[in-house]
Amino acid sequence: MTELLGNKRAIVTLIGPALLIYTAVMLVPVFWSGGYSLTSGNAVTGYHFVGLANFRELLSDSNVRTALWFTVRYAVVLTIGQVATGYLLALFYVFVLKRASALIRTLLFFPIVLPTVAVALMFQNLFSIAPVNGPVNSLLTAVGYHAVDWFGSAGNAFWIIIIMDIWRSMGFYAVLLYAGLVDIPETTIEAARIDGATGPRLVRHIVLPLSFPVLLSALIFSINGTLKVFDSILALTNGGPGNATTPLTLYMFNTSFSYDEYGYGATIALLLTVICLIVTLTLYRWSRIGGQGAAR
Amino acid sequence: MHKVSRDRRLRTGLAGAAVITLLTLAACGGAGSNSPSGGAAPSDPSAFTFLNITENAQVGSEMKQLASGACAAENKALPLQVQDVPQASLDQKLLLLAGQHALPSMFAAGNAPATTKTLVKGGDVVNFQTELAKLGVAGDVEPSAISSIDSLFGGFYVLPTQLNVEGIFYNKKIFAQDGIAVPQTWSQLVADAATLQANGVQPFSASGQQGWPITRLIGDYLDRSIGPDALSAVAKGTAKLTDPRYVAAAQAVASLGAKGYFGKGVESIDYDTSVNTFLTGKAAMLYMGSWVLSNIATPGSDTVGAGNIGFMPFPDVAGGAGSASQYPANVGLPYTFNARTLGPKSAAWLKCVAANYGSVSLKSYDTFSGFAAHPAVTGLTPLESQVQQIISSTKQSVLWFEALFSTQATTVSQQDAAPLVNGSMSASAFMSAVQSALTTS
Repeated sequence: MTELLGNKRAIVTLIGPALLIYTAVMLVPVFWSGGYSLTSGNAVTGYHFVGLANFRELLSDSNVRTALWFTVRYAVVLTIGQVATGYLLALFYVFVLKRASALIRTLLFFPIVLPTVAVALMFQNLFSIAPVNGPVNSLLTAVGYHAVDWFGSAGNAFWIIIIMDIWRSMGFYAVLLYAGLVDIPETTIEAARIDGATGPRLVRHIVLPLSFPVLLSALIFSINGTLKVFDSILALTNGGPGNATTPLTLYMFNTSFSYDEYGYGATIALLLTVICLIVTLTLYRWSRIGGQGAAR
Repeated sequence: MHKVSRDRRLRTGLAGAAVITLLTLAACGGAGSNSPSGGAAPSDPSAFTFLNITENAQVGSEMKQLASGACAAENKALPLQVQDVPQASLDQKLLLLAGQHALPSMFAAGNAPATTKTLVKGGDVVNFQTELAKLGVAGDVEPSAISSIDSLFGGFYVLPTQLNVEGIFYNKKIFAQDGIAVPQTWSQLVADAATLQANGVQPFSASGQQGWPITRLIGDYLDRSIGPDALSAVAKGTAKLTDPRYVAAAQAVASLGAKGYFGKGVESIDYDTSVNTFLTGKAAMLYMGSWVLSNIATPGSDTVGAGNIGFMPFPDVAGGAGSASQYPANVGLPYTFNARTLGPKSAAWLKCVAANYGSVSLKSYDTFSGFAAHPAVTGLTPLESQVQQIISSTKQSVLWFEALFSTQATTVSQQDAAPLVNGSMSASAFMSAVQSALTTS
């Protein structure tokens, strides 16, 4: 094996085709898009070199700041929400339901396979106030409260998006983390129990450290997915009310395809790419340090 | 040490390569091609493709009716194929298709005139001034419609499938029950709305999801208070939306929302729901264009009864420079032809549409178009006759709020309309956001 991997020709033969395809479908478009960020114009009227004008606009654009702040809040809150609920469900599967968890796991996993638009329409109707009250507002009025205009204010709309996305994804994260939890040797758990560790203490001192690698993978998975959120928000609020729930991705999409400013859209895309890169590298570095810490 | 300097060299090399690639790609972006097919003569496609918006099934139906009737020969030579796209995605689709020189033969022009102007620059749109004259049907388009199109699009680049005036449709029965006369001024309108609200009637029905039925009120208020040139002054840069007089207009409309005159959850109300709310008697007034006559005439959709619906102009604003006689007029969402595919068979379609659209529109769909109706249509309802009389007698029309805005400013204006009237955005913040979008673009 060492001989094979020491052979440069073998390395080129093995990696070459995959690298070529990766370069063609990934790196070329990334650099191409980067090139657009130095231009102004569109596919109809043509592109013109404008230097760093788009980057200067990016720094002074209040919509970018609003979208960036929303994106960060959404990513942090949803990541914590979906990984925490997923972890709690996984613990529930392993320690409470045990072997009888298959049906519940399947049912809770189901929302992730539903089309996003269908889920968004369901939540729109669930929380609607007009033309008729949805089930949530009907319930509120039935118990004596006023109906709430859930999509009328930025704060409420944000939490509806969070609730919907946690509902959609918690089953997926539960299965992911469940796979990590069932890998913990039964004998270790038993030994901890004999030593008197039960309930929260068992989870805190035994289960959590041993499931740290899979938990970290779930976090990386989640934060990257949430930074790039697009479809669920487009379908549920379309970035509204106003632009209060517009993430960077939606602003980039509108800038490029609705406002017809492909160059500036590419600049926003570049910002998003840099953010994703920073977050991934930070988490990756932290995982190496954290992983070593957990192993001690 | 050797390894560190090699790494540094590698990093510097990679960074340099990335910058060079970016600059090369930017330079390779080119200036694009502005002439149809690089100067090639337009040629007919294999079918007469027609891109319509989902929200307006009427034009698609009319085209199908023409295909099976007056334009049967043209349809046989080049069969009609109707495609639909949601109005919100129309601009994106048009620009993407135009970038690939793949626009349909006939299509709904963009939501903002700015989109059509971009397509004109790219050589994608037919100049009807010359084409209709060449085909001998220039006289089939009403001069007032051509004048409206010229002022909005900088030339005769779209077809007037509608010719509308806008105003307030009101429920005569509710007005009579609540002892309300047709208001002549904005103050009277607000007072009447208060009376209606106090009597448990929703004063206005409006779609916050679309946004424009709300921003139209702002535009009209500006036309009445500052005068008919209020919005052209903004477009020319001699006035700003953030000027106090302009903010006052947004504030006047925001106040209607603050008092709950648009009903609950206005941002969730779509176009159809807003029209149905009025046509089923659940709201007393609806600001709309004359295209809604088609809904009023549709059996089953109007439980109020066409006879119980009146039409009034947007009222005067006390001390304002504008007048209620200056109706907002437009050509609705117009349609246009692809210059790159206007071969002889597509041109035959254009000739047939120009000659026959007007009468089919009025006879079968109760909609006034900018095409002459041959033969003249009779048997109009009193409301239709009133609107027709207004269309033909209006001497000075005014523009709607976003008429001269860029696509970005139009989007910002319409998406912020609901927050403006539900109180989550102030009038000054609304006008600042739209002005900022105007300045940016």
